[in-house]
Amino acid sequence: MGWLALALSLLSVWPAQAQTPQDPRKSGFAYMGRDTQAMQQDDLANPAMLTVLEGEALWTTPTGKAGKSCASCHGEARESMKGVAARYPSLDEASGKPIDLSGRIAQCRETRMEAAPLVREGRDMLALSAFVGLQSRGMPVAPPQDERLRPFREEGARLYTARMGQLNFTCAQCHDANAGQKLGAAPIPQAHPNAYPIYRLEWQSTGSLQRRLRNCMVGTRAEPFSYGSAEFIALELFLMERAKGMTIETPGVRP
Amino acid sequence: MLRGIALALSLIFADAAHAQDLRPYKIENGAINLSLTGKPGDPARGRQIVLERQKGICLLCHSGPFPEERFQGDLAPSLAGVGSRMNAGEIRLRMVDGTKVNPDTIMPPYYRIEGLNRVAPNFRGKPLLNADEIEDVIAFLLTLREDGATGQSK
Ligand code: HEC
Ligand code: HEC
Repeated sequence: MGWLALALSLLSVWPAQAQTPQDPRKSGFAYMGRDTQAMQQDDLANPAMLTVLEGEALWTTPTGKAGKSCASCHGEARESMKGVAARYPSLDEASGKPIDLSGRIAQCRETRMEAAPLVREGRDMLALSAFVGLQSRGMPVAPPQDERLRPFREEGARLYTARMGQLNFTCAQCHDANAGQKLGAAPIPQAHPNAYPIYRLEWQSTGSLQRRLRNCMVGTRAEPFSYGSAEFIALELFLMERAKGMTIETPGVRP
Repeated sequence: MLRGIALALSLIFADAAHAQDLRPYKIENGAINLSLTGKPGDPARGRQIVLERQKGICLLCHSGPFPEERFQGDLAPSLAGVGSRMNAGEIRLRMVDGTKVNPDTIMPPYYRIEGLNRVAPNFRGKPLLNADEIEDVIAFLLTLREDGATGQSK
């Protein structure tokens, strides 16, 4: 495909949404202090790069009864995984339901490699999703425009504006109405999912988007949704659509 | 059928228990004029509650005349001078359930347990503050006057 054809196809996928200087959307990166920004931008200083390196090693390690590694089917991740994280969650044809990137990795491991299931938020799952995520770094968030995803995305939008917890907050009250304001000491970001998994200084570890969302829910004194739940996948679908055209930064660093 | 009855009964009893936990109150002309406890609160205890991060969590959103507190939020009007702007009854309604004044408010309902979603088990069925604590906070806020008093108990 020629350069012009590529540019045109990008335009048709993300009309009006590609980030321009007037775009009011800002990555969580923009709300961080200089030091934390510098840490994210320097691969040698970014602690999440260690997680990526573990993922790179796992990519080529055969495991499970089938004796295969990820690379046995997908080859060079640099080629085959480019842009993949930018379009998840996507539709799982088999179930007719959306599946997130961790869900897909788990599926490959179990059905194709016949390997023991990977625990969500476990070290290996974070490593593989960070490594796959890195292959989309610098690319625009590109949610699939599949009609069948629409009801799930709408459910995500509903959850985003539903009051929750003893403090009775909605996600939108903080992240739309009050983004940029201070909640105690913390500036409230716009809740874009474009840098996950991240290394969070407060956690002193790498964590997924869902871990971040659980933190927000616990903060509102709500019972958080569980890892891999339909609710979280719906929320992620909605957040990705909201961040359409923004640049993937994986792996991010956050305070 | 039996399970239905048991469920209905448990709901009725849960309601009765809640009604016992929360004192009844009446909203008149944008205010709850009577003290929830029948007596005035203690402003010094109220000050502690407002400043305590885990208890009042007020300063997550509000700022106020508390120079010693480093991290104050800016999602809400400053509490400075609130005692000159509002009377006890108006403050009480906003504390008990601010959605009665502004349905879209972000201020949590401090004395409501009904109509909340997915409350974490350890907080379920409990108001953010009890009646005594609400009255203590009101007593303290009334000391925050436009004339610059800080409400510092000497
Ligand atoms: C009371 C305020 C509040 C509510 C309610 C809230 N959040 Fe957050 N959220 C924050 C703050 C503050 C941060 C920044 C992280 C920090 O410093 O703790 C954040 C971070 C995030 C991030 C990470 C952004 C980044 O750049 O890394 C996402 C995504 C997010 N929230 C989504 C949500 C969703 C979805 C909900 C509802 C289920 C929600 N939040 C509810 C305050 C809130
Ligand atoms: C999550 C945010 C949040 C928290 C926590 C919070 N408030 Fe508020 N409060 C607000 C907002 C926003 C308003 C403005 C009115 C509105 O939007 O409903 C307000 C209004 C008020 C008012 C009326 C002030 C005026 O000048 O109109 C009082 C009094 C008040 N709050 C006291 C408190 C106290 C005391 C606490 C803690 C025990 C507290 N608030 C906790 C957000 C909050």
